Amino acid sequence: MSKILSALIAGLLFGLGLLLSGMSNPAKVLGFLDVAGRWDPSLALVMAGAICIAFFAFRRAERQSHSLLGEPMQLPDKSRLTGRLVLGSVLFGIGWGLAGICPGPALVLTGMALPAGAWFVLAMLTGMWLARLLSRWLP
Amino acid sequence: MEMQIDWASFTPAASLAGGMLIGLAASWLVLMNGRIAGISGMLGGLLDRAGDWPLRLAFVLGLLLAPLVWLVFIGGLPALQLDASLPRLLLAGVLVGVGTRLASGCTSGHGVCGLSRLSPRSLLATLSFMLSAGVTVYIVRHCLGWA
Repeated sequence: MSKILSALIAGLLFGLGLLLSGMSNPAKVLGFLDVAGRWDPSLALVMAGAICIAFFAFRRAERQSHSLLGEPMQLPDKSRLTGRLVLGSVLFGIGWGLAGICPGPALVLTGMALPAGAWFVLAMLTGMWLARLLSRWLP
Repeated sequence: MEMQIDWASFTPAASLAGGMLIGLAASWLVLMNGRIAGISGMLGGLLDRAGDWPLRLAFVLGLLLAPLVWLVFIGGLPALQLDASLPRLLLAGVLVGVGTRLASGCTSGHGVCGLSRLSPRSLLATLSFMLSAGVTVYIVRHCLGWA
């Protein structure tokens, strides 16, 4: 039970961070991505703020085999550079640039009871399902 | 061409503080649960009916509940602006879904957690999606002239 509660708290903190930082405002995200227009550099500071905290946590996590709640550390592989990684990231970037919404903010917008957020999440889940079919044909 | 900075929209303090809160959330999840706070990965695992779905669902629920908690404890939600039409929103959503699953991560998993772990894989992913998002916004705004 404490493991579930802990994950809920992490999701909650994450969502509050997205709201506070401006990441959940699509217009602000697009203002950051639009380097050639009137550029809003704010979101660079979101990334910097997140990394300067998480860097220390991950350094500690990588030295340990189990978490504080006794679960095994599940850290993905760091070094496999594949075509699928680049193809997927490029497709994700196109979608992100089209609407200014990435997966975390999509959930936060849905939590704000915005129909647009819910539509985006539904489309995103459809895309995730498509990726599973597509995976069969990709190396 | 000289770069124009939109100082009127620039929110350094809130963005830095919000970013640190995101970093705290990712730190919490990895130190307490031993897991990467990747939102596309959490959702993808839910779709795949992975064995650890209760944990994934709890994390996703936390994100969904964040606006309500904000509203109760802080008050008025931050303003936002969403201009994309429904067809554009749906296309964007599908691309985000397909792309993040093929790449095994998004802005949170690769961008925040992966870069914090100094993962070359996440660095390549982050550079790829930042570049393609920037090019997309350039084409949409400055070549096609959409809002």
